[in-house]
Amino acid sequence: MATRVDTLFFFLVAVSVFFVALIFCLIVVFAVKYRRRAEDERPAPIEGNFWLEVVWSVIPLGLTMVMFVWGAIIYFDIFSPPNDALEISIVGRQWMWKAQHPEGQSEINELHVPLGQPVRLMMTSEDVIHDFFLPAFRVKQDVLPGRYTTLWFEPTKAGEYPLYCAEYCGTQHSGMIGRVVVLEPAEFQKWLSGGATGMSMADLGASLFQRFGCQTCHRAGGTIQGPSLTGLFGKTVQLEGGATVIVDEDYIRESIVDPRAKIVAGYQPIMPTFKGLISEEGLLQLIAYIKSLSAAERAQSKK
Amino acid sequence: MSLPEIEHREHYLNINYGIRSWLLTTDHKRIAWLYLLSVTFFFFIGGLFATLVRLELMTPQGDLVQAETYNKLFTMHGVTMVFFFLIPAIPAVLGNFLVPMMIGARDLAFPRLNLASWYIFILGGAFTLTAAAAGGVDTGWTFYTPYSSIYSNTHVVLTVVGVFVTGFSSILTGLNFIVTIHKMRAPGMTWFRLPLFIWSHYATSIIFILGTPVIAITLVLVGLERIFGLGIFDPALGGDPVLFQHLFWFYSHPAVYIMVLPAMGVVSELIACFSRKRIFGYTVVAFASLAIAVIGFLVWGHHMFVSGQSVHAGMIFSLLSFLVAIPSAIKVFNWTATLYKGSVSYDAPMLYALGFIGLFTIGGLTGLFLATLGVDVHVHDTYFIVAHFHYIMVGGSVMGYLGGIHFWWPKMTGRTYPEGWARLAALIIFIGFNLTFFPQFVLGYIGMPRRYHVYPPEFQVLNVMSTAGASILAVGYLLPLVYLIWSLRYGAVAGANPWGARGLEWQTSSPPPTSNFDRTPVVTEGAYAYEKDPEEIYTFRKPAHV
Repeated sequence: MATRVDTLFFFLVAVSVFFVALIFCLIVVFAVKYRRRAEDERPAPIEGNFWLEVVWSVIPLGLTMVMFVWGAIIYFDIFSPPNDALEISIVGRQWMWKAQHPEGQSEINELHVPLGQPVRLMMTSEDVIHDFFLPAFRVKQDVLPGRYTTLWFEPTKAGEYPLYCAEYCGTQHSGMIGRVVVLEPAEFQKWLSGGATGMSMADLGASLFQRFGCQTCHRAGGTIQGPSLTGLFGKTVQLEGGATVIVDEDYIRESIVDPRAKIVAGYQPIMPTFKGLISEEGLLQLIAYIKSLSAAERAQSKK
Repeated sequence: MSLPEIEHREHYLNINYGIRSWLLTTDHKRIAWLYLLSVTFFFFIGGLFATLVRLELMTPQGDLVQAETYNKLFTMHGVTMVFFFLIPAIPAVLGNFLVPMMIGARDLAFPRLNLASWYIFILGGAFTLTAAAAGGVDTGWTFYTPYSSIYSNTHVVLTVVGVFVTGFSSILTGLNFIVTIHKMRAPGMTWFRLPLFIWSHYATSIIFILGTPVIAITLVLVGLERIFGLGIFDPALGGDPVLFQHLFWFYSHPAVYIMVLPAMGVVSELIACFSRKRIFGYTVVAFASLAIAVIGFLVWGHHMFVSGQSVHAGMIFSLLSFLVAIPSAIKVFNWTATLYKGSVSYDAPMLYALGFIGLFTIGGLTGLFLATLGVDVHVHDTYFIVAHFHYIMVGGSVMGYLGGIHFWWPKMTGRTYPEGWARLAALIIFIGFNLTFFPQFVLGYIGMPRRYHVYPPEFQVLNVMSTAGASILAVGYLLPLVYLIWSLRYGAVAGANPWGARGLEWQTSSPPPTSNFDRTPVVTEGAYAYEKDPEEIYTFRKPAHV
């Protein structure tokens, strides 16, 4: 991605240098050649020229359309993570970055990733808007409170790369920095197993699911009070009132903190809110658990 | 040393004296002076904040001021410069002075409203200065929520009230200009004979009236959330923080055109006068101003390509942003073509105008980088952006403003400024500006985020270059302050039309009488008929006042 962005960037630089040079030369040549030689000079008027106007409208228009299409293609790719990406959760807060790996490891202001594996970040903020900026990978994405945004990148060279917060977030904004450490896959596995609790994110989510008594209503097979969550993730569900919604991370999050916002058809709005009771990390763990219920089902059906 | 004598003649400056005659004046020319003094004051206040910011950034550590102070400095730099200098600078000073004179009117349509606009501006400024004196504000001039509405512990409400109040000054000025341009043109001054300065002020006025109410409402909402905890922008209260960005940029992107369109108008006047030519493609340039004003309202989302807005919205905003670049490009080509076979002189206003074209071209072209989705993701919120908008606002607007101040200085004061010093200042500003801001493009591309109090040491060299440039730039800005004041007393007497210009404002004495023209002008030619004598263009009939 970095190479593709740089190529486009240098195309833009080339176009800019050309036009700056063109305008600069024309101005210098005209200003010198047609400098005032006598105080009473009266140059003949020139009204304009229709075809010149057309030429210098159409050529820039054509060039900008090239920039537009080229830039849009890259943009779509920046926001289309591959399906096999490794998913890591990021929570930003004033003024630190917290990362949690699916295997359960957490780290602060650091992000360890394996070489050659696309990484997808599922990000949210506990307070104000932050922005996860990795200049080496030419990507950034705002990190918002109250919803998830994603960012993906693929490390192609082992090493350490800077991580900055790029959205002004208060006093220590410039201290909200860290590094991304790209490790060879074997080393990454070693790093993952060091200091592990043995609990994956989905495991941690499962224990939260128990602790908050979610299974009382959301049992496998479902109850009168609440729908089953098995196999739910990624499906489209029918809501009260006829609308539909795709069950994604944002919908699950909303259903936990504001359960009455979008009620699945056939159920009563009886679920209490868990807003303020579960941390952003906890919500991400619950989502990981609910996702694992779908992954397990997919694995079953494949057999 | 004997002072050059101005022949004794009654004009708008000597018709009466005393503080009351200024503070209660309804003469658009005197109100222009009130604005000139006010915006100059704010410019140097904003400049002081900028100086401290640049000094802090000379070293990677935070050694001059603390983080919180630094954040307040760049915030107050932005708020002061945008709302209290750039937005009013050209329209309220030069526009106020020139719009009636250029169309052959005796004043604006609503002279008392014009004075009220200045008082509203000062009231807004007083709120904002109070906020600064009370400890300042640290949200950035963009006031992004929920930081501004919930988390900041600084004087957000006071600042926001100041910006809110000042907005009404813009709205009323825009209203005054539109009515004046429609209803008060002299006989024969048809729409397509208007100077391009008038066209660009007309376009600016449309933005004033349609855009400013939106920022006013938005800032009220920020205040309501902050004071009463009303959930509008903070998700914890059920709000949407990105909604703020939509509302804010719906005004603040067009506001960029408020800042640059009037400067474009000035540059058209200067290029025409100092090459003694009609502006090449006059009609195209006039409509380009309107096109910029209209399309400018549809591009706000290009500030939000990484905000979490949908990629499809991003695509539409990218396309529209490229389209708004075209009219600006057309203007640059037309100005350049105007020089062709002209009679070009290098007086100081012309140096500013040519400097404007160069810097605005770079500012505009780097704008294309930001409209390009895939590139913007990388450079968004880095120093690349900072460099880009300073090229537009300082390289564009401030160059245009200074060029205009020099050009019309003889008309406003009846005296000429010292030409040699003025050319030197123009050169110093051009060099200092480029040294300050060009390195910031590189800084941004190699990844330095904006609004950073401390930064990694690898960014230091470019930051030192930038600070060095800023100190040159500061000298360039202080010079005109000194010699223009000097010229008020010691400058040579200017005469009615020292540049041999063809605009209607030059066909009356300098300084003009209070009623601008002793007799009603009748216009028979389009603007910039430099091949003809003024007497062939304008005739004057019966006394305008009986």
